Amino acid sequence: MLLIHCPWCGPRAEIEFSYAGPAQLRRDGALEDLLYLRDNPKGRHEERWRHAHGCGQFFATARDTVSDFFLPPPVAKP
Amino acid sequence: MQRFSAWTLLREAFGGHRGWRPQWRAPEPKPAYDAVIIGGGGHGLATAYYLASEHGLRNIAVLERGWLGGGNTGRNTTIIRSNYLFDESAALYDHSVKLWEGLSQALNYNVMFSQRGVMLLAHTLHDVHSAKRHIHANRLNGVDNEWLTPAQAKAFCPPLNIAANMRYPVLGAALQRRGGVARHDAVAWGFARAADALGVDIIQNCAVTAIRRDASGAVSAVETTRGDIRTRKIGVAAAGHTSLVMAMAGVRMPLESYPLQALVSEPVKPVFPCVVMSNTVHAYISQSDKGELVIGAGTDAYPSYSQRGGLQVNMHTLDAICELFPAFRRLRMLRNWGGIVDVTPDRSPIIARTAVPGLYVNCGWGTGGFKATPGAAHLFAWTMAQDAPHPINAPFTIERFRDGRLIDENAAAAVVH
Repeated sequence: MLLIHCPWCGPRAEIEFSYAGPAQLRRDGALEDLLYLRDNPKGRHEERWRHAHGCGQFFATARDTVSDFFLPPPVAKP
Repeated sequence: MQRFSAWTLLREAFGGHRGWRPQWRAPEPKPAYDAVIIGGGGHGLATAYYLASEHGLRNIAVLERGWLGGGNTGRNTTIIRSNYLFDESAALYDHSVKLWEGLSQALNYNVMFSQRGVMLLAHTLHDVHSAKRHIHANRLNGVDNEWLTPAQAKAFCPPLNIAANMRYPVLGAALQRRGGVARHDAVAWGFARAADALGVDIIQNCAVTAIRRDASGAVSAVETTRGDIRTRKIGVAAAGHTSLVMAMAGVRMPLESYPLQALVSEPVKPVFPCVVMSNTVHAYISQSDKGELVIGAGTDAYPSYSQRGGLQVNMHTLDAICELFPAFRRLRMLRNWGGIVDVTPDRSPIIARTAVPGLYVNCGWGTGGFKATPGAAHLFAWTMAQDAPHPINAPFTIERFRDGRLIDENAAAAVVH
């Protein structure tokens, strides 16, 4: 289980969170890009989580998709 | 190829089993091939086999980064069924089940396909309606599926708990008798052996690092850790790593890779005669011929390439197993592992040409690719050889996401994705 750092509540167990997709989606191209196509990187992945069973806030963070360790900021705001 | 039969087994038994030879060669890659398959799992090896056996393409190579069947082919729960809701899916998966039925004979390799029946449990009124809708849809498509009452389900699978006081009581079940299991490693090895006998070069420990394209945009070569290989046709069957391979050719895919976990118990005597699945409580269980109970857990919530997942995902499934099969509560679990599955937005696969000439892709099988191994590979080989989709895989394009013609098994599949 991941240990996720909520910027408001600190480190909490993964089951308190829900994954909310990539942090950045291309909104300038075709609708297909926005809705369906994904970079799906192996390595650094900037993504959003929601502290669903906590403060309820969305936040952006970065994670290494090979080790599953969260990476230090900066992460652009979604 | 050294053919397997009762006679060769007997002869080797008298010879002290010293006459068995390696079942496929370990060739050095040639500088050029007519077609290259990226990915030496069940799908990739079977594609090479069907290209060689049905389309006469013998000068082909299968490139595998690790070892044969070391990815999802060796990590799944080996369940085979075709009771999908939509016409397109039912045709695709039933094509595969039909090929499974003759596969051991075709390959001269015992893949241990056992049609022991796959039973999907219904726990709520909505489940009952949904299961019955599946049954009717399946029967209209010529796919067997039948409704069982709780007592009939218990008779078919004696360890099942049908007590009315469960949190999610069993209200009935949908049974596909033609469904079952097969030995996953044997599928990879059987296809590898048969393809090798037809002249296919199977090259392991050979990672593709780049895909080259010529001035017209068509593929011209692959760069690998064992040298460059020229080719005009590339078939990608790389499961969870498909996005990365396709990115080498500049194609962005509608895929996300998630860890999917499974686990097995200690081996016990034959106790579990069929396959039981439940969407509502997420149980997924069968017994292997070694005696281990093979249990499929869910995917993690986030994309990852880690080939492992959270323990809470397994615990969730074990809670359901213990409630449905109280006799298993004191079994110890021996091993758990994860594989990386490539999931499409509509949970249906892609078997298609791409916008890049000469580049073909078979991916997006998500949590259920093993069952489709022969069928998908058969259609993929057709698509690569004819440069046009077979009527069965014609709907499973990449362009369906652009055109909105989704095959939305996401909401309608017989299993949670």
